[in-house]
Amino acid sequence: MTESTSPSFAGLEVGQVVAEREIALTRASLVRYAGASGDFNPIHYNDVVAVEVGLPGVIAHGMLTMGVAASVVEEWGGAGNVSDFQVRFTRPIPVPNPGEATVSVTARIGALDEERRTARVDLTVQHGDVKVLGKAQALVDCA
Amino acid sequence: MSVNSEAVGRSYGPFEPYEVTRVKIREFADAVDAFSGAHRDVAVARAEGYADVVAPTTFAVVIAQQAEFHVVTDPEVGVDFSRVVHAEERFTHVRPLVAGDVVMTTVHIDAIKQRAGISMVTTRSEMVDLDGAPVSTVVSTLAVRETQDEGETQ
Repeated sequence: MTESTSPSFAGLEVGQVVAEREIALTRASLVRYAGASGDFNPIHYNDVVAVEVGLPGVIAHGMLTMGVAASVVEEWGGAGNVSDFQVRFTRPIPVPNPGEATVSVTARIGALDEERRTARVDLTVQHGDVKVLGKAQALVDCA
Repeated sequence: MSVNSEAVGRSYGPFEPYEVTRVKIREFADAVDAFSGAHRDVAVARAEGYADVVAPTTFAVVIAQQAEFHVVTDPEVGVDFSRVVHAEERFTHVRPLVAGDVVMTTVHIDAIKQRAGISMVTTRSEMVDLDGAPVSTVVSTLAVRETQDEGETQ
């Protein structure tokens, strides 16, 4: 963490929304993430393979969803200030072709640790009405 | 085919050191919509107190998945990668990764739990710098469906 970008601990309240964003995922987003991450599982770009393994079609990388959720936390918490981030992948996000899948991310203060000056940020990540991440919690170092 | 639960406790690595580069950090930041200049501009990163451009929170997955690959391709573990879905992931950072870091990764199989035709395989990738100082831990759980199970996926 660095002092210059850490959010101030004082004044934070449990339940407070600190950041939110909507992200439109397209097939191009998936190809870009595949290249950036090195995850070339064909279920993230090939409809034939995706259907063969029982999926409705191409789905987003769970790690892409986790990555964009982390970016929403960082937008408030500052780059490099998230010391811990965990999620469960509860539902896949089908990404149509053509078209886009919209993911909404809401980051709320879930708990505050005064001694360590850390904020636990709880994330609600949805595709339409469906929660796609469970137990999504990030720990942010505060100043 | 099913996953061999006796593989719990195995470890793999350390592998060839991974060098974190500015270009890869920018590429990953673009892919996950991480907009901060600290991922792209050395001057911004230094003004924020970092030695070089800083990696987004989940960047370590690039390194961890390379290490986990050794687990899922080990025939004695028995993971059918075409039947894998990602179940859980956790990053714990001692400090953020920055461009110029060189890290060594060792991956451990921490748990294999079997229930209702699904094996949950939990790996833990430990990353250290060239002095051996811990940098990041990445815990990943994969759900592997047994081959004979033709039921619906997650």
